[in-house]
Amino acid sequence: MERVRSVDTVGDAARTPDLPQPYGELGLADDEYARIRHILGRRPTSSELAMYSVMWSEHCSYKSSKVHLRRFGATTTEAMRRHLLVGIGENAGVVDIGSGWAVTFKIESHNHPSFVEPYQGAATGVGGIVRDILAMGARPIAVMDSLRFGDLRHLDTRRVLPGVVAGVGGYGNCLGLPNIGGEVVLDPVYQGNPLVNALCVGAMKHDEIHLAAARGEGNLVVLFGARTGGDGIGGVSVLASETFDASPDREGPAKRPSVQVGDPFAEKVLIECCLELFAANVVDGIQDLGGAGLSCATSELASNGDGGMVIHLDRVPLRDPSLRPEEILMSESQERMMAIVRPDDLESFLQITTRWDVEAAVLGEVTSSGRLEVLWHGETIVDVPPRTVAHEGPVYSRPLRRPARLDRLRARTPDRLPRPSTGEGLRALLLRMVASPNLCSRAWVTDQYDRYVRGNTALAMPDDAGVVRVDEETGLGVALALDGNGRYGALDPYQGARLALAEAYRNVAAAGARPLAVTDCLNFGSPQDPGVMWQFAQAVEGLADGCVELGIPVTGGNVSFYNQTGDVAVHPTPVVGVLGVLDDVGRRTPSGWRTPGQAIYLLGATREELGGSEWAFAEHGHLGGVPPVVHLADEQRLADILVNSSRDGLVDAAHDLCEGGLAQALVEACLRYGVGARVWLDEVCERDGVSPFAALFAESTARAVVAVPRSEEVRFTDMCAARGIPFARIGVVDDGGSGADGEPVLDVQGLFTVSLAELR
Amino acid sequence: MRIGIVTFPGSLDDVDAVRAVRIAGGEPLRLWHGDESVHGVDAVILPGGFSYGDYLRCGAIARFSPIMAEIIRLAGPPDAASPGLPVLGICNGFQVLCESHLLPGALVRNDSRTFVCRDQRLRIERTDTVWTNGYAPDEEIVVPLKNGEGGFVADRATLDRLDGEGRVVARYLELNPNGSYRDIAGVSNAAGTVVGLMPHPEHAVEPLFGPDHDAQGRSGSTDGLRFFTSVLQGALSV
Repeated sequence: MERVRSVDTVGDAARTPDLPQPYGELGLADDEYARIRHILGRRPTSSELAMYSVMWSEHCSYKSSKVHLRRFGATTTEAMRRHLLVGIGENAGVVDIGSGWAVTFKIESHNHPSFVEPYQGAATGVGGIVRDILAMGARPIAVMDSLRFGDLRHLDTRRVLPGVVAGVGGYGNCLGLPNIGGEVVLDPVYQGNPLVNALCVGAMKHDEIHLAAARGEGNLVVLFGARTGGDGIGGVSVLASETFDASPDREGPAKRPSVQVGDPFAEKVLIECCLELFAANVVDGIQDLGGAGLSCATSELASNGDGGMVIHLDRVPLRDPSLRPEEILMSESQERMMAIVRPDDLESFLQITTRWDVEAAVLGEVTSSGRLEVLWHGETIVDVPPRTVAHEGPVYSRPLRRPARLDRLRARTPDRLPRPSTGEGLRALLLRMVASPNLCSRAWVTDQYDRYVRGNTALAMPDDAGVVRVDEETGLGVALALDGNGRYGALDPYQGARLALAEAYRNVAAAGARPLAVTDCLNFGSPQDPGVMWQFAQAVEGLADGCVELGIPVTGGNVSFYNQTGDVAVHPTPVVGVLGVLDDVGRRTPSGWRTPGQAIYLLGATREELGGSEWAFAEHGHLGGVPPVVHLADEQRLADILVNSSRDGLVDAAHDLCEGGLAQALVEACLRYGVGARVWLDEVCERDGVSPFAALFAESTARAVVAVPRSEEVRFTDMCAARGIPFARIGVVDDGGSGADGEPVLDVQGLFTVSLAELR
Repeated sequence: MRIGIVTFPGSLDDVDAVRAVRIAGGEPLRLWHGDESVHGVDAVILPGGFSYGDYLRCGAIARFSPIMAEIIRLAGPPDAASPGLPVLGICNGFQVLCESHLLPGALVRNDSRTFVCRDQRLRIERTDTVWTNGYAPDEEIVVPLKNGEGGFVADRATLDRLDGEGRVVARYLELNPNGSYRDIAGVSNAAGTVVGLMPHPEHAVEPLFGPDHDAQGRSGSTDGLRFFTSVLQGALSV
């Protein structure tokens, strides 16, 4: 009873208006605290302070990014919106893919927790994004992950990398979701700030969409899933700040772990339980509990709905009975959901949760008061307008300044770096490049992920995009690709964002899918650094402009700031996910050739573009100059060719060109099925005015290699000519085994021959 | 013919097993872990996944579920000559069968210490079981393998007995992915009705959704389907 009495109530707040409060330690600025006092007309209670502090943190409120992110909404035209069923602002965007089916997808970062505790940080990153997708009413059908780490030889990388990979795999595998692709990038710039971005895609019928809104006075607020414990308290606020310690007289454990601990088994059961609840039509509104836990779920549900809610916080099932109300409100315990249930449906609802052994508790109900009221053993400890917590947080127009060093960086072009010109030199370079950390096979990572579960995976890594079937009857399905390039971003954040978009778009098209929608995870340094803020604004502008040019909308995403140690920020790294649709996934195009005799075509023009390239980085540790030029109209025409060729059966393989250029694409297309190729570069070198070195290693955009059956060559080249895309017949698929041991080879005629055994 | 597929909390490949049975031409019936009856099905599949989170030990909790009591009773003792209820345990299902003592041995953490997902070449060595009679003796197939705790272990006497009695159903070829003793990928009871298999034949039943064909179009893709057609054939011949 002693403990209960020591709780700070609304009455206490009125009686002790001048009590000093530790808002600074909770990450709130003086003016933010003053604003809370103004909103409430009194000092906040400690529970209210906890709620505002966590909901007004950068992570939850997007206070530094909001002014820029508005650009996505403002530039999205009606035409771009035509496939959009739910846009930005909900848990995830929803896209119409036809035949009554809809898909929802989103990417989110879990960078900081993954550095602190790699396994659990990555695992709960996957868990969180899966719940976001589930909360839309969809069955999660696949995951992807985009990972960036520091130097492979650095001791700390050996701590972080295996932990993150095991966490992504451990959680996703145990959920029964195929991991169908992503990226792993190594660069010392991410040494102290690894990036862990996880994407989930889900599918549902149009009428199954659920939204996070608490409507209907008297409807019940039900918390279900795992019990609430002391994990992740304050985790959602910037981890660098002190862990939660709101009241000086608090008792119990002084410090709790900041990173949440995941239980994928509980989440798997929760998924099946939720889908059964949706099917039974007993859920009126639903929200997942992630960052900011109950503070976020209650305020968002109320704010999106009728605006009023009463919650009896002492009814929350606890794993640790010593938790104080402030901690319960902030706890980020995983595998929890909150549903709004009509009183008549409660019995059916509880029957289903009982069948799945999922614990559920009715915490309170929806009201028409316009206030979010939280009670603790009958005493009011929170009484706030929910919109001020969830949606009307502070918004900053932070100062921007183009960093002065950018000009020096751009002036330091790769033009003078030594480059081979002989066949022997090119061969040696190619062998070094394919063995470099960013270009070598990713199987050592992806073989730890289940790509087969659910039996709908039509393509997965190492192909250009992951492809999963949505409708077993018709073969309707989706393709997804995830790409980013921090070096390009460092040289030009505006173009870097467009380049990431272009690459993901190209990858989806190479798999044969029509690109439909975009999700983005924007990873940057500190927003309080005007240089970083300028990079951010540029990247958002580049991505928004790029989406307009391509005619596909951003449907949702996430911003991660403070990926910075001291003055050293990560490269501006927008990671872009593009979703495409295939009417029949059986028509998808793999990235490697299989049939000897087929012609190999290079689509697109090559320029001597090596700024920010993998060659400059891997060979010379060089970063400078300008990134490749990106013409999105060219990308669109290339995509058009790739998608139509796939539909009409004109190509048997297609592989996009990106990091490592043509050389890397040829190697990967050969290794995919262990089938060699004979290639000649003279025509391309002459037509585009480039050296064999540039033809092989430049990273010009809007390019792909394809394998075309002899019988289709005329139709294929006619189509390229009609669309004005440069094309060149640069080789043939050849399983001849001209290597010493009869191994297939990649033969670049007149320059060098290398056996596939050497390349592996 | 009705084939029951058990769903435990945490089962993952139950949907795949249902699909495989349907494609094979059987009638799948979903069974719930809390049921005390198998509802008269002709055979049972224990699917892959992480039953009850695989807490304690893989399969150790599932083995005590109500439906397993009934399945253990119907399947009969492992060394009995007379056939009982046919049961195929895949991956986690194999672990449940070993924990249930319907099959000998145990499955331990992969020697690589990591989860492994790969297209795995196997040799089918016992083809007179209910689940493998559609394969030719020593036929080589490729099906997906994906496990974290798939290393098959047993004492030497048990391994000698399994080899001597021809009860090894499948062996890994080219690469032993998890440190299994004697490259064992699957074993059976004496009667050939209960089979445990670490790789996943249910992920190789449809063209385009299984392992890749190799360059010559050999193997992969639908190599796993005959586990599910075998049981239907076997029923017809009994």
